[in-house]
Amino acid sequence: MNFLLEIRENIFISYKAITANKLRSFLATLGIVIGITSVTLMQTAIEGINRAFEKSISAVGADVLYVQKFEWFGKEDWSYYRNRKDITMSQFEYLNRNSQTAVTMCPTVGTPKTLKYGDLSLENVFVIGSTNEYQTTFGSNMEDGRFFTSKESDGGYPVCVIGTEIKNAFFENKDPIGKTIKIGSFSFKIIGVVEKQGSLLGLFSLDNRVIIPIERFFRLFGGKRSLSINIKAGDVKYLDDTKEEVTSIMRKARKVPYGEKDDFGVNQQEAFKTTFESLTSLIKIIGTLITSLSLIVGSVGIANIMFVSVKERTKEIGIRKAIGAKRSTILYQFLIESCTICLLGGFIGIMISFPISLIINAYVLPTAMPLWVIILGLFVSLLFGVMAGFFPAWSASKMDPVESLRYE
Amino acid sequence: MDNNNNGNNILIELKDIIKLYIMGTEELYALKGITSNIIRNDYVAIMGPSGSGKSTLMNIIGCLDTPTSGHYLLNGKNVSEMDDDELAEIRNIEIGFVFQTFNLLARSNALHNVELPLIYRGLPKAERIEKAEEALYSVGLQDRMNHKPNELSGGQRQRVAIARALVNNPSIILADEPTGNLDSKTGEEIMALLEELNRKGNTIIIVTHEEEIAHHAHRVIKIRDGLIESDSVSPKGIMNKEQKEILL
Repeated sequence: MNFLLEIRENIFISYKAITANKLRSFLATLGIVIGITSVTLMQTAIEGINRAFEKSISAVGADVLYVQKFEWFGKEDWSYYRNRKDITMSQFEYLNRNSQTAVTMCPTVGTPKTLKYGDLSLENVFVIGSTNEYQTTFGSNMEDGRFFTSKESDGGYPVCVIGTEIKNAFFENKDPIGKTIKIGSFSFKIIGVVEKQGSLLGLFSLDNRVIIPIERFFRLFGGKRSLSINIKAGDVKYLDDTKEEVTSIMRKARKVPYGEKDDFGVNQQEAFKTTFESLTSLIKIIGTLITSLSLIVGSVGIANIMFVSVKERTKEIGIRKAIGAKRSTILYQFLIESCTICLLGGFIGIMISFPISLIINAYVLPTAMPLWVIILGLFVSLLFGVMAGFFPAWSASKMDPVESLRYE
Repeated sequence: MDNNNNGNNILIELKDIIKLYIMGTEELYALKGITSNIIRNDYVAIMGPSGSGKSTLMNIIGCLDTPTSGHYLLNGKNVSEMDDDELAEIRNIEIGFVFQTFNLLARSNALHNVELPLIYRGLPKAERIEKAEEALYSVGLQDRMNHKPNELSGGQRQRVAIARALVNNPSIILADEPTGNLDSKTGEEIMALLEELNRKGNTIIIVTHEEEIAHHAHRVIKIRDGLIESDSVSPKGIMNKEQKEILL
């Protein structure tokens, strides 16, 4: 018998069988509905957590290397890194002169200070000293005004670029450009506002910052500080080459003897991801397992119903066999019936979880159910349909026609 | 008996058919060696009391079951050695069943019930509908096609079953107590229908324990204790030369 014809006929049969026992079919499907709803929602939540994370670390810059005394998420004691030699301006200049692969680089130092404008003041604002290359390294766009020039940078002019939070706190609807604020006890003229950047990992605001020329920073707040050198590789794919080159130049600059370990860290966004993944992967696996469990329970329910259905329709199986149904035909009939029930359950499950994912997207996590989760959900329900239906269908296909015709 | 002359006309050839059931430690011979031939276009009644083995014989002739030993040639094909799926195909093409309890699919209408053997044969939809309608016409149910079994009377249900048996144009129509669940008037109608089908060229085998019903047949085979007790031409039987040769 033609395979497609068989499938179509069997879908028709299962449609009739399902509609003939509406309440039973509904109850049988319920397990799969709940299973698929929870599995798809779990996957959507995981996707959402990933997206939220990606978004929150985007400020770090995927193609930026950070040469620092510290290694991000390093395994050693904090004091071990702290006691390393400082990274100095001369090392930065040596690196900047010799690097062929870096697109741009800038040194940064930072310290928290209190900002004042008239009667208003803001505590614990992070003051960053850097060069004019800072803007190109981080690709930060200006909301208003401009970044400082190399002349202002090298000359250590008393100018500053502020974040949006500072602008909102001091100026509200007024134009901040050209105004003078106090950083600590020193006056700076505002020449630009950096566009809103959000926060890192949802914890540290990146808009509560002020950037001033590094020369002036040293002069006013002290020069004995270790730098962070930020290097832009241009693209993530050049990152490894740049990292290798930077490492070898920095070893020379810091006179690290051959064979000794680096006494500095070359950090990158990757470190966040690795740490994040090692933290979340277990949660993801456990979450997926628990939600899959509900799906398994659902499919056991379907298997149960299918066994009942096969038993109940023994006579029908006998009739079908008597008039020429082969074993495979009967097998397909019941397999397709259980697949139809499960697919229906999967479809309803997605119909439930999709709007919920939109609600999550609006209020909790930046996520919409990705297409692959929908396809996976339907595929998984089909798979569970086959698994739940196989043994009942197999037992139906093996029935003896004489015995089953006699069944009442 | 001259096999060369009759070879083409012999539809069913049973040789030493034995059916043994083993129940725990007990062995039960349902059939103890049945040898018989049935020719094309005959109308045969198989009779016997309950427990005689007539049902077992019918199941074997209908390819629902296989003999423990012996040979069964149907239309020249050795069906006694076929596997489940080959038997299913033989049942589909060669045999049309009519049961005492009608055995229609309750959730399907008359047309779909009649269409079912054609579906299993793999015919395209248009051809299936045409043939199924034709079969329902021939049993006089043209205006009951979309009725479900529970919307039909017993006689009408049996007509649907006969249409289903006919639709694949099988070699044998095998009727197991076809009037057993019908009142005598409706029973007579069904018997008349079978008779008409026989006149049109169908081979009919009917299993019954009622003498009256058996009298419609041309030949009566009586079974007792798993053996053929008697094999005779019924009063209604019209013997032709070939039948005589086989019987005598």
